[in-house]
Amino acid sequence: MTLLMAALITGIGLGSMYGLIALGFQITYSVSSKVNFAQGSMVMLGAVLGFVFCQQYGMPVILGYPLAILCCGVMGVLVEFFLVRPFAVRNSEAWLMATVAGGILLDNAVLFTFGNEPRTLPSVLVEDSWNILGSGVYPQQILIPIAAIGVALGLHALFRHTRQGRALLAVVQNQTAAKLMGINTTVMVTGSFAISSMLAGCAGLLIAPLFSVHSDMGTLFGLKAFAVAILGGMTSAYSVMLAGFIYGMVEAAVTTYLGSSYTFIVVFALVIAVLTIKPSGLFGRAAIKKV
Amino acid sequence: MSAYSPIPKLTRRAALLGAAAVLMLASALPVTAVRAEDTVKLGLVAALSGQSAKSGEAITRGITLAIDKINAEGGVLGKPLELVSRDDESNPGKGLVAARELAQREGVAALIGGLDTPVSLAIVPFANQQKIPFVGPWAAGTPITKNGAEENYVFRVSAVDEYVDEAITEYLVKKYGAKKPGMILINNPWGESNEKGLLKALEKRSMPNAGIEKFESNDVDVVPQLTRLKENGADSLFVVANVAPTAQVVKSLDRMGWDVPISSHWGPAGGRFTELAGASGEKVHFIQTYLFTDASSPMFVKLQEKFPEIKTLADVTPATGIANAYDATLLIAAAIEKAGSTEGPAVRQAMYEISGIEGMIKTYDKPFTPDDQDALGPEDYTFAKFVEGEIIPITD
Repeated sequence: MTLLMAALITGIGLGSMYGLIALGFQITYSVSSKVNFAQGSMVMLGAVLGFVFCQQYGMPVILGYPLAILCCGVMGVLVEFFLVRPFAVRNSEAWLMATVAGGILLDNAVLFTFGNEPRTLPSVLVEDSWNILGSGVYPQQILIPIAAIGVALGLHALFRHTRQGRALLAVVQNQTAAKLMGINTTVMVTGSFAISSMLAGCAGLLIAPLFSVHSDMGTLFGLKAFAVAILGGMTSAYSVMLAGFIYGMVEAAVTTYLGSSYTFIVVFALVIAVLTIKPSGLFGRAAIKKV
Repeated sequence: MSAYSPIPKLTRRAALLGAAAVLMLASALPVTAVRAEDTVKLGLVAALSGQSAKSGEAITRGITLAIDKINAEGGVLGKPLELVSRDDESNPGKGLVAARELAQREGVAALIGGLDTPVSLAIVPFANQQKIPFVGPWAAGTPITKNGAEENYVFRVSAVDEYVDEAITEYLVKKYGAKKPGMILINNPWGESNEKGLLKALEKRSMPNAGIEKFESNDVDVVPQLTRLKENGADSLFVVANVAPTAQVVKSLDRMGWDVPISSHWGPAGGRFTELAGASGEKVHFIQTYLFTDASSPMFVKLQEKFPEIKTLADVTPATGIANAYDATLLIAAAIEKAGSTEGPAVRQAMYEISGIEGMIKTYDKPFTPDDQDALGPEDYTFAKFVEGEIIPITD
């Protein structure tokens, strides 16, 4: 029972993290069929900026964290402008490598400026743990899934009920038609990259108190989140979030019941197996290409 | 086309001039090489950036202090010692490239370094093949010095996993009466090396283990692994990992509310462990080869003079890195002096013959033999813990 609870709590916490980061992949992919492979670095950037603003400059959390997330958004705009658009307009796939390179660049820039020692982002939510059915849990771990689901719902509301959101949806459905209807698709694509990076920054700030803040903290998150986004089918926000939870729980269950030596082998073998059977992801529908 | 092209035409005269310039440059190169031989160079390959940077800095400080001392006494072979450093970023590939560059281009007399066991293991075959002495001041992996080479050029002034595992097992048994310890080890060659050592130490005492769990250096949550160990009846824990991962173990233990004796390899000593792990970090007891306990000790004063950024004892963590590197440098310098040359085979032979070298950790009398290329043994270890950012020896 304790084992199961431990696996569940860990799985839900990590799974919602992966889902939140994967949501960023899904948004840019559905708007522009491009993804930002520097997403992991955006997770790191959010956490590092949060640390710098609140710990080093002494800003209050209520000011420092939104500012950090905003900076991530600006970084997302820069990524789209310099690393994706120049290649996209020429129909080149080089944006793929460019965003990977951008991530490495950012990691190293942070290494030079922020320093090379892992630091801690304190939070009152990790000071004491609560006991739930024999397994300890930090309030922060409960906050993560709540925040993740909240952000996903917020995005949903934004898409359905605001003018800009509906415009974005129109671009998702048919870029050419949206353009003809007078929607500025370029701005929408840039906007999707900004939102995507802000989600990653958010995830970084949420996970940092449970982890440590350092320049390469986001790499593995980015990789796992991409696997989640693919598993979720890249098309709907809900399925990506759900895939995140499933991935997190399977990962924690494998570690708990089979032992940690098997985690990577089993989890990634499962990812491959699922994609072989369902090439468009767990919940994705096969895209129909009209010729 | 304009008659005033900014690019001059390639005439025969220009080509000749260019060729002459290249020749002059080429002939100037050996001159700088000769000039370089006015010093005896030592090459350092260590992680100077990344998670272990603080340890890399400590090693650099130790070597710098030793070189200052040696140079003040006239250097070696009548020439001053010079340190050439390269950052391996904890990456075995980069470490090997750096070692090759130091040996072949910089012409160093010996290599010091390898902070991480995987990096050291990558450099070992190169050092043996090139016949260049390679002295480790940090990485503790047993096979680094016990590498099976017929002519072994690898020496170490540091802890050795096999001995450490014996020491931390003895510590748990003696201090806490441990009967069934569990292992939580980092998933890399260093963790594996200790898994073998710990199993050997337990087998010697006919003790069972509560399980062997591995984790990644970027794992956020180690609760599943620890829960398995707890369910299997672990009454104490062995931890082998660097600063940040060990902190993740402590945080996970905190969350589980599991208060269990922990004896650890020296990983936590390499950084801001208390900041990362919180107050519970004090529960981790780990081994050290050297500790500064007194701010008025002559070595500490010397360190402060050389590195003004050192204000308190808390600024010299990990002291182990400083002391090991300091002693390693003195031993190499003594060996080069004894050999009367910087030739690898001669220096290696001299390593077996040096004695009466007063280091920070102890006085070394014939510290190496061809069967045991490790200068330090279990008798040189002490146990310590962090208290408010400072490493304090455990006395009771």
